[in-house]
Amino acid sequence: MPVAEKTELLTNAAGRSVLETVNGRPQTPYLGVGKYRPTGTKASPPIRTAADYPENGDKVVADLETALRKCGLRDGMVLSSHHHLRDGDRVALMMLHAASRLGAKDLVWFPSASFPSQKSAIELMESGVIDHIEGSMNGPLGDYCTQGKMRGLGVLRSHGGRGQAIQDGEVHIDIAVIAAPSADAFGNCDGSQGKSACGSLGFALADSIYADHVIVVTDNLVPFPCVPCQIQGNNVDYVVQVDSIGDAAKIVSGTTQITRSPDRLRIAELVARFLRDAGIMRNGFSFQAGAGGIALAFVSYLKQLMKEAGVKARFVRGGSTKFLVELLEEGLTDYILDGQTFDLDGVRSIASNPRHVATSPFTSYNYHGKGNFASMVDAVVLGATEVDLNFNANVVTHSDGRLMHGIGGWQNCLASKCTILAVPSFRDRIPVILDEVTTLCGPGELIDVIVTERGIAINPRRQDLMDAVKGSTLPIRPLADIKAEVERICGGRPCRPKHGDRPVAVVKWVDGTVLDTVWQVSGSF
Amino acid sequence: MRVLCEELHRPPTEAGRCGPEVRSDLRVRIEPREHGGIEIELHSRVEPYYGESIRRLADTVLEELGIHHARVQIEDEGALPFVISARLEAAVRRAGLGKGTRVLPERVTLPEPSTRDHMRRSRLYVPGSEPKYFINAALYGPDAVILDLEDSVHPSEKDAARLLVRNALRAIDFLACERMVRINQLPLGLEDLDEIVPECPDLILIPKVEVPDQVVAVEKRIAEVKSDYGLTRPTWLMPILESALGIENAFAIATASEKTVALTIGLEDYTADIGVVKTSSGTESLYARQRVLNAAHAAGIQAIDSVFGDVGDLDALRAWATNSRNVGFEGMGCLHPTQIPIIHEAFAPTASEIERARKIVTAYNEAQEKALGVVSLGSKMIDPPVLNRALKLIARAQAMGVLQ
Repeated sequence: MPVAEKTELLTNAAGRSVLETVNGRPQTPYLGVGKYRPTGTKASPPIRTAADYPENGDKVVADLETALRKCGLRDGMVLSSHHHLRDGDRVALMMLHAASRLGAKDLVWFPSASFPSQKSAIELMESGVIDHIEGSMNGPLGDYCTQGKMRGLGVLRSHGGRGQAIQDGEVHIDIAVIAAPSADAFGNCDGSQGKSACGSLGFALADSIYADHVIVVTDNLVPFPCVPCQIQGNNVDYVVQVDSIGDAAKIVSGTTQITRSPDRLRIAELVARFLRDAGIMRNGFSFQAGAGGIALAFVSYLKQLMKEAGVKARFVRGGSTKFLVELLEEGLTDYILDGQTFDLDGVRSIASNPRHVATSPFTSYNYHGKGNFASMVDAVVLGATEVDLNFNANVVTHSDGRLMHGIGGWQNCLASKCTILAVPSFRDRIPVILDEVTTLCGPGELIDVIVTERGIAINPRRQDLMDAVKGSTLPIRPLADIKAEVERICGGRPCRPKHGDRPVAVVKWVDGTVLDTVWQVSGSF
Repeated sequence: MRVLCEELHRPPTEAGRCGPEVRSDLRVRIEPREHGGIEIELHSRVEPYYGESIRRLADTVLEELGIHHARVQIEDEGALPFVISARLEAAVRRAGLGKGTRVLPERVTLPEPSTRDHMRRSRLYVPGSEPKYFINAALYGPDAVILDLEDSVHPSEKDAARLLVRNALRAIDFLACERMVRINQLPLGLEDLDEIVPECPDLILIPKVEVPDQVVAVEKRIAEVKSDYGLTRPTWLMPILESALGIENAFAIATASEKTVALTIGLEDYTADIGVVKTSSGTESLYARQRVLNAAHAAGIQAIDSVFGDVGDLDALRAWATNSRNVGFEGMGCLHPTQIPIIHEAFAPTASEIERARKIVTAYNEAQEKALGVVSLGSKMIDPPVLNRALKLIARAQAMGVLQ
């Protein structure tokens, strides 16, 4: 049962109660943005020699169990997997079940994200095969964790933070298993070709470099060389061929759809107009938007405004979708720098257009690097579950404390020159703007603008943005005004549900420090 | 006592909707009983946040309706308080109880009364039984929001929708929008007025008007209700002509009441009435639309076009609306917020029209200064109707914000 360790709590620089020790490892509490300056050296994977690998480059073994056994699988190891195939992925469960058949116990599953289709991992936690998950949890796995049923603590990291944790040695991966839509027998892999094509394989890059052992699982074994290759075979120990690595229908959407909700369309339009009126939309600019309904509509509105103004972007950051691909193909951006690929148009484009470039969160988002892409982006449009009057935001838990979403690239994107949260002002009567967020994921000093259907609030720290939109017809309002209006509509302030007193997961900041705690929520849901 | 017991043993009644697809509504099931007080069983999406508040509200509403003993089940999908209150009242009334009591939510500040010649380019229809669409309707910036009790409401939901719309008129801030209600066809529409008029809608749309007496009946009922409540705010009328007979009587209908400020046409019903298919070119309704136009202008009121039904085809809407303005309509109905900006753009004077109007006014003013009798611009004489049209166009452009 529960977390065995002592739960000493400290108050971090954001005023949140956080644990001193997480799953047996001492932690640094969050110190503030850019305040933590670690020293020392990065983790170092063991030296290997080509003498121990076949000269003909053929690393194919019979099956995943064989590969895991050859990697020396034992109790307590850390096994990693990736979500390039999203809810269609079969390889992560294949890995966990193979480990279970080999009798392994107390494993740490370290996925780049988990999905509802992987809910059978709960049985493996119940039977003791998995001790805990370090990675985003939502749906049934999120509920399992928030109900306090997981033995170890969940550790929630951003995509960049995951790379940082691997690189800095906070997480030592014993065995990484990479699902590859195309691979050769040497282990070179690519995500843009094959029946399970998913686009970029960027989430696995750090794992492939730093893990003790790397296994590639593919359903499209091609003769050497597999080019282009996103994962280098010289980091790979074994290759396993299977019938199918994923359910194609769930890997990417056929097409991503713009929302038809008038409220969301309005929010999207306001965001696009804000970029124009604030002067951010200008020749050579850059922006990032994801694949959610608001983000897609935003891209579509912005495209119209860019055309009207005769403006062209230098690059856009994906999550790529057909809407970004259209920008590229119509010459409205020079490049798509793609972190993950959401629909078939994105997959087609990344496979065929040299200006649609696969990037890894390890290179673009890792805070412990010599800079990263995130802070070079002019504007980023993100969602949130809650925001507070200090512009702090939550993206992982619902207001009742249940885990809802992973952090994804969200925290990393906050480094953008203009971070915009596009959120409805209330959902199902529950106000989104609160006095204090349930779980802190993004410090308010990095969040510049909150766009709701009832108006746009600019962070008072950004007087420059306030000045930039002076004279615009945009509904710019203080955040407190929007909050008060919403509370009037909703019939008063909502009660704040009381959380339990037991931590079930921690939220890491991009530098590996502990930003906040997710608490147990009782009751069934 | 026996009568009372019969009432108390009525079968349970319900109002509202619930389920995973439903948002911002609730289902209330109420079973009155003889003793045992009020027992509320609540399932709500927002239980941790507003559970207590919902229970308190239910207690208050039932108390006001004179219900002291009942089993009440509430399945709430995040409904706002004015919706909860309307659904409770509907369920109680369906049980034949609570007669004569109106449980009203707190009223937001009423906007200034609207004027006879209020700009009516766009009016956004909102189904009267779908509270989730009410709350943000005004944010999209239509000139008017129409809370619809007629075609968008199922016949079995008319009673409940009426209460929802009544409460919405009190509880929702419709910003700068004119607050319109489309009532049902008479005689049901007259009952709608009893509930709606006390909440001061700015304008009542009367559907399927065929003869002037229908407008007179509505005007009379409104005057009675207003007199009962001591209200003086104007309530304007907009008859909708939707049949061949209505079209034939257009002028008589347009002039039947002093309160009528606009005349409009319903093309779905009209084309059905004359047995043709409605097209996006509108050739089949050319005569009817022209007739409405002419009657409205003859009566000195606004001519307003029908809605454009294909909400997915914004290009076709743009073409329709541009034509509509060119032939003399001043606005049209909207079924989806995305239609609003297209319609506003189409009904706005163009830059070249504004430029020409300004030249006309300037030339006229200069001629006045020089005390010239005949005013001309280029080779064209500017007579009073030309000047008036130019002044109107400039005023309209200013009202629409396309001219400072």
